[in-house]
Amino acid sequence: MRYLIKLAYLCMFAVSVLWAVPLLWIIWMAIRPKSEALSPRITFDFTFDNFVNVWQAVPFDQYLVNTLIIVVGIFGVQLITVTMAAYAFARVNFIGKSVIFLIFLMQIMVPNDILIFPNYLIIGEMGLIDTKLAIMLPFLASSFGVFLLRQAFMGIPMDYDEAATMEGLSRWQIIWRIYFPLGRPVYMAFGLVAVSYHWNNFLWPLIVTNSVENRPVTVGLAIFGLSMETGAQWSEVSAATLIVILPLLLAFLVFQRQFLNSFMHSGIK
Amino acid sequence: MIALNNSRALRNNAFAWLLLLPSLVFLGLFTFYPMYKTLLLGFYRKDITSFTPEFIGLENYATMMRDATFWKVMFNNIWFALGTVPTSIALALVMALFANRVTKASYWVRTAFFSPTILPMIAVANVWLFIYTPEYGLLSRLLKYVGKGGLNWLGDPDLVMWAMIIMIIWKEAGYFMIFYLAGLQNVPKDLYEAADMDGVSGWTVFRKITFPLLMPTTLFVMIVALTNSFKWVDHLWSMTKGGPDNASNLLLFYIYEHAFVFWDQGMAAALTVVMIILMLFLAALQFFGLDRKIHYN
Repeated sequence: MRYLIKLAYLCMFAVSVLWAVPLLWIIWMAIRPKSEALSPRITFDFTFDNFVNVWQAVPFDQYLVNTLIIVVGIFGVQLITVTMAAYAFARVNFIGKSVIFLIFLMQIMVPNDILIFPNYLIIGEMGLIDTKLAIMLPFLASSFGVFLLRQAFMGIPMDYDEAATMEGLSRWQIIWRIYFPLGRPVYMAFGLVAVSYHWNNFLWPLIVTNSVENRPVTVGLAIFGLSMETGAQWSEVSAATLIVILPLLLAFLVFQRQFLNSFMHSGIK
Repeated sequence: MIALNNSRALRNNAFAWLLLLPSLVFLGLFTFYPMYKTLLLGFYRKDITSFTPEFIGLENYATMMRDATFWKVMFNNIWFALGTVPTSIALALVMALFANRVTKASYWVRTAFFSPTILPMIAVANVWLFIYTPEYGLLSRLLKYVGKGGLNWLGDPDLVMWAMIIMIIWKEAGYFMIFYLAGLQNVPKDLYEAADMDGVSGWTVFRKITFPLLMPTTLFVMIVALTNSFKWVDHLWSMTKGGPDNASNLLLFYIYEHAFVFWDQGMAAALTVVMIILMLFLAALQFFGLDRKIHYN
């Protein structure tokens, strides 16, 4: 029996190695000289040329800046909309609460991912095609964030509100001076999930942008990959892929625990 | 007194609605308005031949029902869900049981399993492109030893769905693992101790204690996995474009093709309606049927 368990452990360790293979493979491809990309031999010469070539050939710096602006923009606005709505649900009695709750729930049931076509038409009506704002707009309200934060806000003792009211704070001030700082761990969780999602989003930015100035890094990568169909450019496509995934991957390697906790929250509504 | 109460209630209401207003504006514009718009446009013909929309009633839906490709895409999606959902869930459970027990190299194990989750689908597609390519891809190089190096994983209609399924399982099993890890924390320790004292075997403990207690997690993960199997299509764009011969095409990508490749907007709208109904069905399944353990209020 004990040997059986040992064997099972060994198997799972093997699986964990297997799971890392695709990533290790792309790293291997990216740091090998171009001439060696398709050769079956295993040699040990490494190079950074692929990264340099890609960086010079494709405006990845611009793409990265675009992605950063988009991600920060979305999250920045979400922080405000989500905080306000979560406080209303957690602490204010108002007429139609359950109906409004259902309206918010709808965004989780029918996610924006599947509404790309009608939303494209709406962005078109607004005259915002090929802008960063177009990429951000559908995501500026987040029901997921609202529900997550509402749960946290409900756990904050009412005494805090009363004490603050005694001090002469208005409810608006209570939100930003008391609830906002106290919700920090939840904002962290929500933030990591939201940032990862928007850093990685592809189809929506693909259809609403068509210029280097607005394209995020995922779309830039896909277009670069498409122009490099032949095997000779494998090394460069691998390098480009690494450039795109590296920021999040490094953050994950350093803050593994926080990432796992945050994504765990993505399942609790 | 009543007047005072009324004015307070009024102030409460006004304050709440003000707080909700920004969110409601965005939800209205990009969740509800598009649903209404797509429902409406689904009754019209609007493509390259007829630029001004022409009302045709249910014609788009009738065409859809007769469209062999539509059915192929729907079956692909079901096939895709059947291939990815149970396997990735089972694997996630095993991963969690292992990661929960392992003390040495626990960082490595969790990192290895979870890292695919944070990668963009489009990058995953590139990575796996270099695995599936005939002759030179990693898989082909390995299969060469058994004489199967020439298999064209992405070019063969019989293989392409398998290739996609394997890739998705790799991508999402680690994500589901963390829900099981959380679930395992909630299994009372004394249950295990009692079982241990009675000398119950490990398999029985799993069957009678662990698995039943993880049932809510399993049901939740199942819905997420099902939803994902309809939402995830980015990889198709750079790997197969839905081909060969629509063998890997999925509903959302089919919508994308109608809207932005064939420019058949009426049909794209009608297909979006089908997609919305599917999503609402999955939500209902979770809400009324399976999700009794998790409450929203």
